[in-house]
Amino acid sequence: MSLEPDVVTVNVTSEIDAAEARQEARRLALRHGFTTVRAHGLATAVSELAMNLVLHTDRGGLIRLTAQDATGAAVIELVAEDNGPGIPDLALAMEDGFSTRGGLGCGLPGTRRLVDTFAITSRVGEGTRIVCLVRRP
Amino acid sequence: MRVPILRLGRVLLTSLPADLTDQQVMDLQIDALALIQAGKADGLVIDITAADVVDSYMARILSETAKMVKIMGGVAVLAGMQPAVALTLVEMGRGMIDMETAFDLEGGVAKVARMVASRGGRHDEVPTT
Ligand SMILES: Nc1ncnc2c1ncn2[C@@H]1O[C@H](COP(=O)(O)OP(=O)(O)O)[C@@H](O)[C@H]1O
Ligand SMILES: [Mg+2]
Repeated sequence: MSLEPDVVTVNVTSEIDAAEARQEARRLALRHGFTTVRAHGLATAVSELAMNLVLHTDRGGLIRLTAQDATGAAVIELVAEDNGPGIPDLALAMEDGFSTRGGLGCGLPGTRRLVDTFAITSRVGEGTRIVCLVRRP
Repeated sequence: MRVPILRLGRVLLTSLPADLTDQQVMDLQIDALALIQAGKADGLVIDITAADVVDSYMARILSETAKMVKIMGGVAVLAGMQPAVALTLVEMGRGMIDMETAFDLEGGVAKVARMVASRGGRHDEVPTT
């Protein structure tokens, strides 16, 4: 157990980067004592947010994972941020089935259900930032 | 590199690699559909044992492929879903994957045979259940 935060950053512009980000996420979660199922859930959330960087922005963005251990517990923060086009209607984007690119439209709502805390901020023409937390008791 | 498709009797088998690319997906769909259209197969079993995650992007690809196979008169079955994958899919939202599933390749092949037989297809090996 370490009190230093364990940080992994992946610059995501392609599908390959998205695959790397989700593999890093799984390894980080396992390293900090999360169960296989929780690690898989985090990896899937990372995959969704990373694929959104690939599909919905021109130049991609950043995935940053920070794990912090405490006595008998751990928390991982997942940040996805970009300087892309932004999301004009956040409530709509968070609805199941809403997609501007013919996707399934369950990436954002699905991610929210997979994590313990989910926050999204976006400004049209400036970018989008999503912060999630997953905890291990 | 194309994802290989094996033929077992009248059933096509394919295993998706962890790092599946868009191009590979398209090639796979074209190859499978061509075999079904040519009357060489009744169905397709897609094994996802190796897939590290099934996100909504992958889910869409799988459902789409199943739909195409169905339109061509065949049946598609998904096999080898790991428990963690299944649990995550349920948590993310029901109905993400719209296709038949089986526990493993063997079960997938049996399911294809059963489905083809039950709709009066040309599969001659009807497994008894
Ligand atoms: N990083 C982003 N930048 C701009 N728009 C985004 C971003 N992420 C998501 N969106 C918008 O939100 C919509 C819903 O996203 P999501 O739920 O992941 O579904 P999908 O990716 O299948 O379209 C997208 O179609 C897109 O319009
Ligand atoms: Mg998405």
